[in-house]
Amino acid sequence: MTALLEIRGLKAEIDGRQILNGLDLTVNKGEIHAIMGPNGAGKSTLSYVLSGKPGYEITGGEVFFNGEDLLAMGPDERAAKGLFLAFQYPLEIPGVATLTFLRTALNAQRKKRGEEELSSPDVLKRVRELAKQLSIDPEMLKRPLNVGFSGGEKKRNETLQMALLEPKLCVLDETDSGLDIDALRIVADGVNRLRAADRGMIVITHYQRLLDYIVPDVVHVLSAGRIVKTGGKELALELEATGYAQYQSEAA
Amino acid sequence: MNAEIRPVKTAAEIGLADLFAAARSDLPGGSSTEAVRSDAFDRFAAQGLPHSRVEAWKYTDLRRLVRDAKPLASRPDAAAKSAAGGAGAVFAGLDVRRLMIVDGAFVPELSDLAALEAGVAIRATVEALGAEEMPLPFGMAGTDPVAALNTALAGDGVVITVAADVVVERPIHLVFVTTSAAPAAMFTRSRLELGSRASLTLVETHEGPDRSDYQVNAALQVDVGDKASLDHIKITGEGAAALHVATLEASVGAGANYREFGFTTGGAVVRNQLFLRIAGQGTVANVHQASLLSGRQHVDTTLVIDHAAAGSQSREVFKAVVDDEARAVFQGRITVQPGAQQTDARMMARALLLSDEAVANCKPELEIFADDVQCGHGTTTGALDDQLKFYLMARGIPEKEAEALLIQAFVGEVIDAVVRDDLREALSQTMFAWLKGRE
Ligand SMILES: Nc1ncnc2c1ncn2[C@@H]1O[C@H](COP(=O)(O)OP(=O)(O)O)[C@@H](O)[C@H]1O
Ligand SMILES: [Mg+2]
Repeated sequence: MTALLEIRGLKAEIDGRQILNGLDLTVNKGEIHAIMGPNGAGKSTLSYVLSGKPGYEITGGEVFFNGEDLLAMGPDERAAKGLFLAFQYPLEIPGVATLTFLRTALNAQRKKRGEEELSSPDVLKRVRELAKQLSIDPEMLKRPLNVGFSGGEKKRNETLQMALLEPKLCVLDETDSGLDIDALRIVADGVNRLRAADRGMIVITHYQRLLDYIVPDVVHVLSAGRIVKTGGKELALELEATGYAQYQSEAA
Repeated sequence: MNAEIRPVKTAAEIGLADLFAAARSDLPGGSSTEAVRSDAFDRFAAQGLPHSRVEAWKYTDLRRLVRDAKPLASRPDAAAKSAAGGAGAVFAGLDVRRLMIVDGAFVPELSDLAALEAGVAIRATVEALGAEEMPLPFGMAGTDPVAALNTALAGDGVVITVAADVVVERPIHLVFVTTSAAPAAMFTRSRLELGSRASLTLVETHEGPDRSDYQVNAALQVDVGDKASLDHIKITGEGAAALHVATLEASVGAGANYREFGFTTGGAVVRNQLFLRIAGQGTVANVHQASLLSGRQHVDTTLVIDHAAAGSQSREVFKAVVDDEARAVFQGRITVQPGAQQTDARMMARALLLSDEAVANCKPELEIFADDVQCGHGTTTGALDDQLKFYLMARGIPEKEAEALLIQAFVGEVIDAVVRDDLREALSQTMFAWLKGRE
């Protein structure tokens, strides 16, 4: 069986600085992988490289997404093939209504996949249902994307986008940061509803707390741009107790 | 030899002098109008075409940009009239009163003059000038050479008067269209007098063939009465090789509501100059302008707003989207006269540059002679935000579509200022069409 995501020896630089140093990672359908690591380890960099953010230079390695060369695709193509990144810091876009954005994104993906585009009322109906599940005020959908949203609202909005777009692989970058416990529960419930046999997830987090709610199958430690340790969900608890000091020194 | 140094006249300046000499006896108006015209031409001739050392024309050097003078357009024949039929399509299907100005001449038989609202009068400029019932001189715009040229050579246009207390529901659409394939010059003058407490929406569109380097010098004088309400919307959609210089001079009375909206997508060289006097207290005036430029277009928007009365508010928002090697110029000057206390005036100019060769020149100025006022201005110039673009693309939106969405968001703020839903929607469609053209 082809892996959902297969990263082999990935090396990447930004502004002449090497951040990823030969990273290996395989995610199969139905699996949830947690990636933990100290600040500056390269977690966000990995998520950006996977989603195709410009500015990174790939200096080594390969990435296959359902057997296809991911690095050869543009960001929009990757999204249409089913890759979704929930941003650590979702951006504010003044002048673009949230609902317009959601409809444009959904239909752009459908069009690219050769599926029929959905009518505005159909999109609205689906968005409304999801908004309700995530306790998002429907009025917010009329407002410009993320403008004036609180940290928690932005993260819920990311989760809404993910649920609407139904990706094959979800990459969640520090989805827990800036969330209080109630918001964390709402977001985690939203993520858990998306767990499916044909969907994989990479949950990036600095803290173990999120993994109480989104329970992973595999936990990796990322340090200095490489996976330095892999284990079961008990590894997260271990890290919580010991901290990242040992991995930081290993990297140094 | 004469020691006095005179600037060498350009071919265009010589051509304009010949044009005036040949045309002056045929231009509409009686003897007093004739005196005004020759006076104005002398003023133009003394200055010549404006160039970059003239402060108000710093970025738009007409001496360089205008190579020659074109012959005056002849009055439209049957062929021209039938060619003009489809003009003003931006607002097709909307319930507006269309008044057609073809090759610089008002054409009543193509215009919708039926069932005029009581208190509304419409007639041709030639008629009003012939009856010596239309003053030609400018006030604030009086010293401008291009405005002077308009006074000297103004041929036709439309004169609209709306009596006091008349609320005109149906917008009036002035459809200016150039049909002649042979390059010609058109000097039009129009006038709007809006009585006290009257209300009107006036729309103007300007268009013509892409292949012809025709020249338009259009002027509109507006008098907004006390407590009157005017929405004026102008779309400059001239042909790709056209020269379009336009002067709007407006005087706004007390307690009035004046909304000026400009949208420019067409023309090779465009100068839209607006001279706005807030003559009465407690008036609210908004000026919103958007330009969407590509190729080698040069579009200059210059606004002079004079707060001459206390307690008025003005808002000016200028946005330009500049692609390829195009240039957007914005100059804005807010003057607050000594008596105009409690003036609240704000001006913002923002340019979005879509290519490395695109240029924006912004020059905002405040001239304040009163002490109890709130005035401010700001300008920003920048490219599309790559981070925002990536965010949209990461959701599956292709690059061009992501750019279109961001451009739309940028221009949208200005278009949102148009009050009427039907007109705003038509303007949005014009913007979408421009964005489609980029794909
Ligand atoms: N544009 C950049 N230029 C140089 N270094 C960068 C740039 N962006 C991020 N980095 C560096 O890359 C490293 C990894 O960053 P990041 O992937 O954000 O880490 P994490 O998400 O694990 O906290 C950090 O040391 C950071 O300073
Ligand atoms: Mg990070």
